[in-house]
Amino acid sequence: MDSVLSEDPVALKILIAGGFGVGKTTLVGSISEIRPLRTEEVLSDRGIGIDDLDGVESKTTTTVAMDFGRITIREGLVVYLFGTPGQERFWFMWDELSYGALGAVVIADTRRLTDCFPSVDYFEQRGTPFVVAVNCFDGADQHSVEDVRIALDLDDDVPVMLCDVRRRTSAKEVMITLVEHSLRTLTSAN
Amino acid sequence: MSERPQWFDEEAGPVVRPYALIRGRTRSSGDAFDLVATVRAIGDPPDDLGPEQRHILRAAQSPISLADLAVELDLPVGVVRVLLGDMRDHGLISVTSPTAGGARSNERILKEVINGLRAL
Repeated sequence: MDSVLSEDPVALKILIAGGFGVGKTTLVGSISEIRPLRTEEVLSDRGIGIDDLDGVESKTTTTVAMDFGRITIREGLVVYLFGTPGQERFWFMWDELSYGALGAVVIADTRRLTDCFPSVDYFEQRGTPFVVAVNCFDGADQHSVEDVRIALDLDDDVPVMLCDVRRRTSAKEVMITLVEHSLRTLTSAN
Repeated sequence: MSERPQWFDEEAGPVVRPYALIRGRTRSSGDAFDLVATVRAIGDPPDDLGPEQRHILRAAQSPISLADLAVELDLPVGVVRVLLGDMRDHGLISVTSPTAGGARSNERILKEVINGLRAL
């Protein structure tokens, strides 16, 4: 069904995922105007025991800040970037975010590769197209790309690339690679 | 009534807590609105609207996404959903959710996005 009306603005979502401090905020800021988005979410049982709820038993929501960026392709066609907290306890937010999402960027740090396992698992299971962007912190080299692919046990068609999230051209390259991958996924499915 | 929430000082935060704006509710008919759903002002606003509702109507004169509205109003998304649910029920706004995979599965749009990103 192709129900995109010509006068309806088209809004596309891209998720930026990865472990804590891996560069999600920097990536969103490099390529778009970044603005803090506050979300209030219902605490799921995944949060219980982590958030200390003693004495506030009636508390059922918690405030979470999300990185939010916007790239206007043209009037009526906007790409929204959402940097999502990487911890598993925030997965309830991902379910909403990944609904209808164009794809996801998983940022990896080769020094703490395990941090991005949950994100990779999540997008594989949901069938969301994703790319892995290896943020070059200190001298990650081309070896890292193949090492990362093996370590993450990625399918051959999942793009893995080096990037420097601080640089706009590099951030742009990551986004283009993702959308091209989504397009390939789409055309091979048809 | 002033257009902006009154603050005592930074530490105290706003005098009116977000959930007071929506009478303590956390649920409404707006629960299911997608973060990138398109909001548009429609119909004539009644005189007794609160400042937040007026702010929403002004911001939604041209189509605006729910997430952009939340940033614009500086309110949590959950609060904005409740406000929007009420306003839709009263015929003040329309909310169009993106169809699941609708745009994502549109080759032409994806190609346009790729070209647009290249031109950034």
